[in-house]
Order: sequence, then structure tokens, then C-alpha cells
Amino acid sequence: MKYSSQMVAKPYFIFALILLAGEILFGIIMGLQYIDGGFLFPEIPFNVARMVHTNLLIVLILFGFMGATFYLVPEESERELWSPKLAIITFWVFAAAGVATILGYLFVPYATLAELTYNELLPTMGREFLEQPTITKIGIVIVVLAFILNVGMTVIKGRKTVITVVLLTGLVGLAVFFLFAFYLPENLVLDKFFWWYVVHLWVEGVWELILGAILSFVLIKVTGVDREHIDKWLYLIIAMTLVSGIVGTGHHYFFIGTPEYWLWIGSIASAIEPLPFFLMVLYAFSMAAKRKIDHDNKMALTWAKGTAVMAFLGAGVWGFLHTLAPVNYFTHGTQLTAAHGHLAFFGAYIMILFTIISYAMPIMRGRMGGNCAKAQSVELKGFWLMVIGMLGVTLALTVAGVWQIMLQRFPDSGALSFMDTQAQLIPVYKVRLIFGLMVLVGLLTYFYSFFVKEPAKA
Amino acid sequence: MTERITKNMARNIYFGGSLFAILIFAGLTLDTVKQIPHRSNDDQITHSVANGKNLWEVNNCVGCHTIMGEGAYYAPELANVFDRRGGGDEEAFRSYMQGWMAAQPLGEPGRRKMPQFNLSEEQVNDLANFLIWTSRIDDNEWPPNIEG
Repeated sequence: MKYSSQMVAKPYFIFALILLAGEILFGIIMGLQYIDGGFLFPEIPFNVARMVHTNLLIVLILFGFMGATFYLVPEESERELWSPKLAIITFWVFAAAGVATILGYLFVPYATLAELTYNELLPTMGREFLEQPTITKIGIVIVVLAFILNVGMTVIKGRKTVITVVLLTGLVGLAVFFLFAFYLPENLVLDKFFWWYVVHLWVEGVWELILGAILSFVLIKVTGVDREHIDKWLYLIIAMTLVSGIVGTGHHYFFIGTPEYWLWIGSIASAIEPLPFFLMVLYAFSMAAKRKIDHDNKMALTWAKGTAVMAFLGAGVWGFLHTLAPVNYFTHGTQLTAAHGHLAFFGAYIMILFTIISYAMPIMRGRMGGNCAKAQSVELKGFWLMVIGMLGVTLALTVAGVWQIMLQRFPDSGALSFMDTQAQLIPVYKVRLIFGLMVLVGLLTYFYSFFVKEPAKA
Repeated sequence: MTERITKNMARNIYFGGSLFAILIFAGLTLDTVKQIPHRSNDDQITHSVANGKNLWEVNNCVGCHTIMGEGAYYAPELANVFDRRGGGDEEAFRSYMQGWMAAQPLGEPGRRKMPQFNLSEEQVNDLANFLIWTSRIDDNEWPPNIEG
């Protein structure tokens, strides 16, 4: 580690991993509720479990992004972080707000939570992924502003690289688009239209810039490839991301009351969205093939290549499956959407966090060449358990989705009702649960790799 | 292919391409926002409909249901529930909603459970009016059939 202030990344990474365990746990609770509708009712109704599951996901990714940024920006800028103290304060404020919000979801009925937090003064609650009380949303804005100030000052005062500039662009975009979370019009169509400004333009827009920057940083470090080369690839990837992704928001505007032209504009633009992910696969593998050094931390490169492949599968392939309007007409809002969501989030945004954590954590623990061989072999087992588990979850949900469409959506007459269809799908949900448990075992194995003892130095 | 592209070219593609995409998207946004009032019958959003939408939100209905295909996939689609359960009769639908909301949670073992939200009679009517208004949005003929 070149700069002592990089150490502030550590609590961010650790907390992100703890939240990930919580996220998976609530995923499994819902997996059980899909099989037995009475499970944990009325203690944890499905909507509460889902809110905890998805909000933990978002918050853990934000913690991971912040940790990654605090780790890589000083090294790229060749100077200490502008204010390590602010970074620690930001951590505690964000962690406290996050924990309080999750506890609020779990222990207070949602309508009461809205009342307690004065939602009526500035209503923002009750929309998918943006369930946080308004006060929490304001807290997020303050935390993100403090974070961007800290990072921005470091970048401005230090060496500017393509990686830091792209990263900062992504982070500023993240902050700007979040502001649409405060716009909640009475008209449901208008509400939905701008809701996607947060959700789609985050996940299929600016977050990909952040992902590309983190991936590039790790690739430079573990392959030793020239920066010229890395920069060019990074520009190409994010160019394709924004060209396809911004107008590609249109694939959400097919059936929510927005004009017809989105049917073809959204289809065409989003059909190109797999391309940046495909480039990312070529990028990771060709940089690995051209590597000038053989880094002892093999796992960091494994995660980097895994991120590219799984993001391509989840976001690219599974996204393309249902992105064309005539197909989406039947798949919209089925288990197929859930299949895509799960693999895309895991492949792109969870695995990139594993990539940077796998690279940075050993260094922060004084192991410059990565963890010992035994720890890396345990980590590799965790890698495969989680990857295969998530692929299993995705395939099961895909089968469920297709079956659901055949029973409920396709028939012109004699279609089964939603509830009757879901009852038919229970065997598939059992398979999904088994693979979900495999992901949990994978995560625990991965956690264990942190505690494998280093061999005594000769 | 990447050998022939220089870093400067790649950067220009990034800036040029993104700017182009942003301009197109901004233009389409303006047009969409102009068309939404007509497509959604904005003039029919009464006080009761608006209140119904607020109840929909503060009870986190979207945490289980979908509405125009968006939300969770655990409970039925509700953008067309007025057509499915009310058969186009507003009065019948409101009274159906009163009975349905009061009966939750259903006792049937193993069935997915809907919590009891303890809404007043007026609140349930507002919710029903919101769902009636939603069912009339022009959403390009979605869903494929009445089951949602």
C-alpha cells in the first residue's frame, strides 16, 4: 500500500460484506415464502423481507463503491486522500443511517414509519428500491456529497488519470440521478417515467462507469499492462455503455403509459446494451493474456475475469432475452425479470466488489503478494460455489418465468390466474432455494478464507 | 480491431457518443412528458385518486404486487384489477375492495399472505378509485390477457 490514507477503505469493505450476508439471508427467507406462503407471517411479511433484501443490496454496493474509490484514488492521484477523517465520519454516518432504516423496516409497520418520518412533508416513500424514508434519502445525499468532495479534492490536487476521471464522472452521475428520487408526482405514469431516471440510469448507466474504472485499476495492478492500452479499452467500453444505455432506458417505457415510439426506440437502443459487456469480456481476457507480470494474488485476476463473464451473461445475455418489445409484451413483470435482475446484479456489481476486495484487502493486511496459497484455494472454492449457485438460481427463475408465461400469459382463453400459476411453480421454487443455499455456503466459505492463517515466514 | 483505434479516438467516441445519446434522450423526454397527461387522463386525477396513490405508496403495496408490470412478482398485477374483479362496474369494484381488504389475511394454509392494513372505508374507496384510474391508462394494450 503506497499511501496510509488508503486504509480508510477497510471498514467500507468489511461492512459491505456483512450487509451482503444479510441480503442473502433475506433472499433465502423469501425463497421459503415462495414455497410456503405462511412462513414468518405476520412477523416478516414478504414486502418487508423484499425491501430489506433490495435495500441492503443497494447500500452494500454503495459502501463497496466508496471503499473501492478510497482505496484506488490516492494511488492513482499519487497523494494522500484529501481528508481521511471525513472519510471515517462519512462511514459512520452512512452506517448508522443504513442500520436505523433497516431496523425501521423490520420493527415498524411501513405506514407508521412513513408517519414517524414525516413523509407527508415531502413524500418520496413507497416506490420499488426507493422505499427509504425521506430523511434517510436526505442523509444519503449529504453522505454522497461529503464523499464526492473528499474524492474530488484528492483528484484535483493530484495526478489525473483516465481511471480517476471516469470514476469521478460515474460518482457525480450517481449523485445527480439520485435527486430524481425526490420527485414524486401524483400522476403514476410521470412517477414511473422519472423513477427509471434513478434506477436505470444508475444500473445501466453511471454505475457501469464506476465498474469499468475499478476493473481497469485491478487489471493494471495484476497484469502490469501499459496504461495507454487500458485507457483506450476503458473509453471504448464506457462509450458503448452510454450510447446504448441512455436511450436504452426506453426498454422500460413499453407498457407504463408512455408513447408508442418507445416500443421500437427502446428495443433498438437496448439491443446494443450487451455490447459493452462483451467488450469487457474481451478486455479482461486480452489484458490477462498480455500480462507482463505474474502477480501472486491469482484470485484478484480470477474475480476480474469472472466479473466480466458473469456481467455479460447476467446483464448482456439475460437482458437481451426479453429486451425486444414483442417479447417483453409477454415477459414483462414475470419471474424472467427476476432471473435477469439476480444474475446482472451479482455478475456486475457484487463480483466487481469481490474483485477489488480480493486485490486490496490482503495488501491492507500487510500481505503484499496476496493471501497465502491455502487461503486463495479456499477463496476459489467460495468463488465457484457462489457463481454456480447464482447461475442455478437464475436458471430456475428462467424456467419459472417461461412456465408462468405459458400458463398465465399466452392462452387467449382458459389462462390460469396468477395465484394458480404460482402454485404450479412451487417445484421450481424449491430448486431455486437449493441453489440459493449454495450461494450462502459459498459466501461463508469466502468469509472463512479471511481467517486462514498465513504460514510462518521462513 | 482495437489496434487501429488510438486512445484519442476512443475518447472522442466516448464524448461524442454520450453527448449524442443525452441529446436524443432529452428530446424524447420532453415529448413524452407532453404526451403523458393525455395518455393517462391526467384531468381525471381527483383528490380521491391522488390520496389512493399515496395509500398505495405508504403501505408499500408494490413490495408484493406489480402495477403495469413493475413491482414485486409475488402477488397479482393490479393495473387491470378493476377489469378483472369489477368487470367495468365502479360501484361493484368498490364494494368488492371493501370486502377483500377486510378479509385479509386469508386463513388458507400455505397460501401467500396479504397483511391486514386496517384502512378506513374511505381509504379503501380512495385506493379503489386510484386502481380504476390506473386501469384506464393507455399502456399499449398491456397485459396480454385479463389475468395480468
